[in-house]
Amino acid sequence: MSIALSQPRVARRLPLPSRQTLPLWITLGVCLLMYVAAGLRYDNFFTPQVAVNLIGDNAFLGVTALGLTFVILAGGIDLSIGSAIGCTSVFIAAMIENHGWSAPLAIGVALLGGTIIGIVQGLLIAFFELQPFLVTLGGLFLYRGIGLLVSRESISLDNPMYVWLSGVEWHVRDGVDIPLAAMIFVVLLLLCVYVARWRPAGRAVYAVGGNEQSALLMGLPVRRVKIGVYAFSGFCAALAGVTATIYMSSGAALTGAGLELDAIAAVVIGGTLLSGGVGGPLGTLLGVLIFGIIQTAISFEGTLSSWWARIVVGLLLLAFILLQTLLQPRETHS
Amino acid sequence: MSTGVAIPEAGTAAASAAPKPNSAGRLRALGPLLWPALALAALLLFNLAFTPGFYKIQSIDGRLYGSLIDILNRGAPTLLLSLGMTLVIATGGIDLSVGAVMALAGATAACLIARPEDSPLSVINVHGLLPLIVFGGMAMALLAGLWNGVLVAVFRLQPIVATLILMVAGRGAAQLLTNGQIPTFDHPGFNFIGSGSLLMLPMPFVVGVIAFVIMLGLVRGSALGLFIEAVGNNRVASRIAGVNATGVRLACYVVSALLAGLAGLIVTADIKAADVNNTGLYMELDAILAVAIGGTSLAGGRFYLVGSAIGALVIQTLTTTILARGVAPEATLVAKAVIIVALCLLQSPPFRALFVRRRAA
Repeated sequence: MSIALSQPRVARRLPLPSRQTLPLWITLGVCLLMYVAAGLRYDNFFTPQVAVNLIGDNAFLGVTALGLTFVILAGGIDLSIGSAIGCTSVFIAAMIENHGWSAPLAIGVALLGGTIIGIVQGLLIAFFELQPFLVTLGGLFLYRGIGLLVSRESISLDNPMYVWLSGVEWHVRDGVDIPLAAMIFVVLLLLCVYVARWRPAGRAVYAVGGNEQSALLMGLPVRRVKIGVYAFSGFCAALAGVTATIYMSSGAALTGAGLELDAIAAVVIGGTLLSGGVGGPLGTLLGVLIFGIIQTAISFEGTLSSWWARIVVGLLLLAFILLQTLLQPRETHS
Repeated sequence: MSTGVAIPEAGTAAASAAPKPNSAGRLRALGPLLWPALALAALLLFNLAFTPGFYKIQSIDGRLYGSLIDILNRGAPTLLLSLGMTLVIATGGIDLSVGAVMALAGATAACLIARPEDSPLSVINVHGLLPLIVFGGMAMALLAGLWNGVLVAVFRLQPIVATLILMVAGRGAAQLLTNGQIPTFDHPGFNFIGSGSLLMLPMPFVVGVIAFVIMLGLVRGSALGLFIEAVGNNRVASRIAGVNATGVRLACYVVSALLAGLAGLIVTADIKAADVNNTGLYMELDAILAVAIGGTSLAGGRFYLVGSAIGALVIQTLTTTILARGVAPEATLVAKAVIIVALCLLQSPPFRALFVRRRAA
């Protein structure tokens, strides 16, 4: 894996399909196929606003999934993200509405808090060699507990700055408005792609996920990388919580419950291997888009019940994982 | 209990092949059940001292009531799940789908009884016969277990992902069965599984104990337990040694799903309805926590069924304690988080090394 680390960059400039990138190409194909199929089946599906909403309506799933992508690339897992969204959203709403905090202060504290809990999880995993699954399961319980202790009820936000924020849109042309949530997601995505492909920190994440021992022998700061990915994931989850409050103009502790699984599914469908070292944020974008297309198509269909979305996502997950297993070299899964 | 041979923990197929120092054996020599038993004892002592009426047990209409009985009653589903989860984790896997399997089995049973019009199951008429209803629910669980087992053991998918598929799709499938409704029913025989009592004890607890005894007899009375531990320690080595690793792993996922199905029937019978969106929600996390409290390493290998049972009781005792003391029930979640991290730290060699070094200095 550590050899493959530099291969795509040095040996070849064109991203032609290879064993590493084939899952991503197939995901892209499936995504386009689903989009075209849905567009041919339903009127008005091909409008630009539907395409924008695919991103806007799934922005907080996307933002968390981007953070999770790096954790999974580094060979870990983060189960705490779903309840982190709920916790930060209810925290922000409670602080602004009930305790008179200003919006920037509440948002800042929430982002900082998410990052700090992420760092603590990372410290436990990196220094005490605890299993990421269990530590972040603890994080899940902690976030949900704190969130529900803050308020069991949903708190609506009518703070002037929030009303303004939820109205912020980039008016591209008539009928096409890009909401703030979508912009946050796209900016974060570009940042993630840049870091993952071209920054030493991003490459170190791939190295650690590919083979931790090799990364250590190469002199990479393995522990710092691990702490870094959990910190980033915590930050992204908190940012997704902020995005959720803007999108819904309210905060509730149960927002995003179970979202960690959707995020894992989106990351895996996007071609990132759960064993770490292979994949990337662009794939995650495709995974999130596939999620969005399925949901939008089902809402366009009208008569089809919403639970079909879960079944389709499950089957897609199965198809992609079977594909990945076929593409993996034999010796890695003996 | 700890008849398991001490196979040295060779580099397993687990992702993190971190070197494990031998010093980990020192505290374990005191017995793997020490920590979970201490945790349970501490909770019970705390209640003895600070929660009045916690130990009061009264008999009404030939059934016992009280906080302790409540723990046994409410803890039964977690107990059932944690037993299956222990075996799956011992093989180096994990089963995230147990909550969804609970919903599936419960929905199947409820649809067989209530026969809602739009349900695809309404074509089957079991005439309200209890054995057929239970058989229907368990058959659904068996299918789910085979699905998981085939994906993990035959197609060799990562257990987290393989069972994630059913976790995501299982509730969707359960809603398909109930057609998005919440079928309610009143079937005296089936209700009995959830709220009846046998020998003055609540029925869920009786079911849990029977399942526990059967499981213990199965894995410790035969070589099956050793096979499971061998597969969990080193799958390749166990296969070379002649263990049918594929069959063992498949069987563990099937057992886990069957126990989850049983838990689903209990919960469904208790509320007399199949609420597929909430039945068994997050129960997989409690089951995994119970296994971890019980001393079974999530990396696979040695496992402790008794420990997991105690773990399930610890979780339920904690929940009941917090409820009995009038603390906000959300505090249970925070307490669980603290327990997970504390347990992990106690089992972590680097953390222990830190502690030992400080004490020596």
